[in-house]
Amino acid sequence: MNKIKRTNDFVVRFANVNGSGSASANNLFAKVVYRLGVPVSPKNVFPSNIQGLPTWYEVRVNDHGYIGRRGGADFIVAVNGQTLREDYQMVEPGGYFLYDSTRPLPDSFVRDDITVIDIPLTQLCNDAFSDNRLRQLMKNIIYIGSLAYLLDIGLEPMVDSVQRQFAKKPKLADPNVKAIEIGYHYARDHHPDSCALSIRPSERVGRQILIDGNSAAALGALYAGATVAGWYPITPSTSVIEAFERYASRYRREPETGNKKYAVVQAEDELAAIGIAIGGGWNGARSFTATSGPGISLMAEFLGLAYFAEIPVVLIDVQRSGPSTGMPTRTQQSDLLACAYASHGDTRNVLLLPADPTECFTMTADAFDLADRLQTPVIVMSDLDLGMNDHLCDPLEWQDERRYDRGKVLRGVDLDRLKKWGRYLDIDRDGICYRTLPGAHPEKGAYVTRGTSHNEYAAYTEESAAYERGMKRLLNKWETARCLVPLPERTIRDEQGRIGVIYYGSSTPATCEAIDQLEASGVRLNSMRIKAFPFRKEVFDFIDRHESVFIVEQNRDAQMRILLAGECQVAPGKLVPVINFNGLPITARMITNQIHTTLLACGQACLADRSPSPEKRS
Amino acid sequence: MSYTRPGFRHPESQKNRLGLTRKAYEGSISTLCAGCGHDSIVSAIITTVFEMSIEPHRIVKLSGIGCSSKTPAYFLNRAHGFNSVHGRMPSVATGANMANRDLIYLGVSGDGDTASIGMGQFAHVVRRNLNMIYICMNNGCYGLTKGQDSATADKGSQTRKGDPVALESIDLCEMAIQLGAGFVARGFSGDKKQLVPMLKAAIAHKGLAFVDVISPCVTFNNAPTSTKSYSWVREHMEVTNTFDFIPLRQEITTEYDHGTTIPVILHDGSIINLCKREDKEVITSRKEAINALEQAKGNRQILTGILYVNPASNDFHDINNTVKTPLNELGEADLCPGNTALQAFNESLR
Ligand SMILES: Cc1ncc(C[n+]2csc(CCOP(=O)(O)OP(=O)(O)O)c2C)c(N)n1
Ligand code: SF4
Repeated sequence: MNKIKRTNDFVVRFANVNGSGSASANNLFAKVVYRLGVPVSPKNVFPSNIQGLPTWYEVRVNDHGYIGRRGGADFIVAVNGQTLREDYQMVEPGGYFLYDSTRPLPDSFVRDDITVIDIPLTQLCNDAFSDNRLRQLMKNIIYIGSLAYLLDIGLEPMVDSVQRQFAKKPKLADPNVKAIEIGYHYARDHHPDSCALSIRPSERVGRQILIDGNSAAALGALYAGATVAGWYPITPSTSVIEAFERYASRYRREPETGNKKYAVVQAEDELAAIGIAIGGGWNGARSFTATSGPGISLMAEFLGLAYFAEIPVVLIDVQRSGPSTGMPTRTQQSDLLACAYASHGDTRNVLLLPADPTECFTMTADAFDLADRLQTPVIVMSDLDLGMNDHLCDPLEWQDERRYDRGKVLRGVDLDRLKKWGRYLDIDRDGICYRTLPGAHPEKGAYVTRGTSHNEYAAYTEESAAYERGMKRLLNKWETARCLVPLPERTIRDEQGRIGVIYYGSSTPATCEAIDQLEASGVRLNSMRIKAFPFRKEVFDFIDRHESVFIVEQNRDAQMRILLAGECQVAPGKLVPVINFNGLPITARMITNQIHTTLLACGQACLADRSPSPEKRS
Repeated sequence: MSYTRPGFRHPESQKNRLGLTRKAYEGSISTLCAGCGHDSIVSAIITTVFEMSIEPHRIVKLSGIGCSSKTPAYFLNRAHGFNSVHGRMPSVATGANMANRDLIYLGVSGDGDTASIGMGQFAHVVRRNLNMIYICMNNGCYGLTKGQDSATADKGSQTRKGDPVALESIDLCEMAIQLGAGFVARGFSGDKKQLVPMLKAAIAHKGLAFVDVISPCVTFNNAPTSTKSYSWVREHMEVTNTFDFIPLRQEITTEYDHGTTIPVILHDGSIINLCKREDKEVITSRKEAINALEQAKGNRQILTGILYVNPASNDFHDINNTVKTPLNELGEADLCPGNTALQAFNESLR
């Protein structure tokens, strides 16, 4: 048998039962790899229930720094009886299958192309611990101990990590250390040379941190000065507000009194959550909410109001699989259109598209400036993969000299100086008007904010011309927004190249890896990562200069492609969808395969002259 | 609908403590039907804030959608207003209040707005005890969409089409009391004498003050058989207490005759001086208040007056321990922990 033999480049997959306490053990493993300086990418695949159903945790170790999902698994730790057969079948040829041999594998499990590593986890646990809960929990730690041996990590880094994790609870550290040692020694004594995968300390990680997007977004809101949040629990966005409250409670209490410089309301539903955020934004506090698809549907009416009445508000949409309740704990990028045009009538919302937690932080912070600047809703489009999984990314940075851009707000003294003021007068010709806040001035600057048609002085009107003027000004503001949102990131690999690829958000790492794979096979693609809607002019130019552009995304209907075709007036045939909508993060393999297949199918006339097709090469 | 309002004001017209005349408290011309109860409530609101000498711009007026929700445009031109979406004024008020605790929040809603589409928001803004005055202009029908029955139309009373209302009605005052509102009152748009002190007390109350005002819709629901019509209410109104409101500023010297009058001291020291009817019980008991409402209903009467008060109620900011400074006034120095803290945070992840 040809064992897979690799250092710092493989995928380990843990098959567990939800609620069995495996998460922290698996997380410990990823953390140790990270601390050894080796790029790592852990992903949770979990069911929409609390206890009893299968859950997986996939850890990709990759010294090149490819941290998108690769696909396949080289080493599977199988501790869930329900999925044992499925997990067994899933191991890549040459790979490894570690299972709890307290109950031996049925005879029907026959594969001679993988290495089976039997460790009696339950037995070892029962022998070592008397407490029932500990017996359950430590089973997970024992297999982590075995991995420490099998993957050449060694005992020390593992024990060290456990001790750091339980620094404040030494009582818990002891059984964990004991379990690590049990697993380690058992593997050493019974499977001394079974595994040819290994981890060697590396410098690749450098200063990068390992953090989930939701925590980073919460910090972004904190740093941006958000003080008002209304929310309603929904997976996978819940941890955004929970983290915000945690950080705010740590950093934002008045030292003398302990009083809070923030207010968070868990609302009765999403209608109220966005209403609260809009009320706060209208009254001059930086306000936000976080939700996911079903919440977006409910918030639509209010988003239209905020767009039309021009109220700053930030929304973090952590997307999951739709439509309807869909697959609540699986990832997707399928709220794009719903958010871009959320609400009835001609409504357009500014979207920011972060690709990693660092950007969840910066873009959330920027979203508050943009919302204030543009007086409109700004939606940060995260997703479950980005939001709930840890990602290796650049450390978070804040420029202390940065000042919040509160946009065009007139204070009492400004109003004193002004002879005439109209809430919706476009003085600067950029479509953005000057607003006033309640209580600012005893006589001037008050007006009624309304979702009904209004004239330049905010008075209700059904006069067609006034309505049209207002709607056109909003379009003018949209053009201003186009110049303020982040630029796309462009990489030209081939000046003459006629094929490009566009991607965004959490599809980024897998797409970058796929582009490298394609290049290695002779297909050179120019690429662009889009970071915002409205699209910057550079996006139009990129599409113009190429004959065909692949659009990589994670939804069934190629929503970005629809958005681009509509907004950039491109013949839809020019934009070729590359999609994945199975609820799991897109993999480099999926992207490479789809692009290869398309190129082959269209005869790849444009490439034939320069490079052999991958088929011919292999 | 009154198309014109004389611009002329008598130079001697009465001024309040701030030196402002009533004009400073008015809004734009109403576009409601002539005789609509909502207009009378608007007038009572103007009188209330004028007499209380509240700076007009310190008030924030918010509403949902409906004829009633249009009214904030008709009072307090110097105050910011927010005409939000149908039934969702309470959440906007919540956010606004969270942002700046120093202003006075006056929410206006209709019975369709409150008791149907906005029922959830109504219940929860009461539960949060947001410091606001919540006025429901209750006409037992949907005015703006032309007269459909609302959930507050009394069972058995006649609807616009002439049929008796088949379903139980929702009594918003009872609900508010059950949900924990600290101030609940019911008034009638046709009785300004009662309404004005009631609104004054509502404003002085800290926490949510709910005021349900029967406000006949002359166009769609004013048949004498409708329990929300002028004639029916006039005939069946039962006043639980007569009262006057004594603001904090005024030296409080009133003598109470303990047999008939009880004072309720609000958080700011203002007093509601209640002259209770002999058979009516104290208004600081939720149970008594609900009993009184039910009893009146059994007698086919509408009980008006201040129904329940909890003078010790804590508002949202008290419960939340928010800083005294309005959150919308905090700047970078207060809000941003700075890069050093962030670098320490990065470090904690390693
Ligand atoms: C989401 C939504 N649904 C329906 C409407 C239509 N609508 C406007 S006002 C109204 C009812 C208003 O009734 P009420 O609150 O009792 O106020 P009134 O007009 O009687 O004062 C309805 C249903 C709307 N504006 N929005
Ligand atoms: S329809 Fe009824 S509620 Fe509406 S303005 Fe006319 S009278 Fe008032």
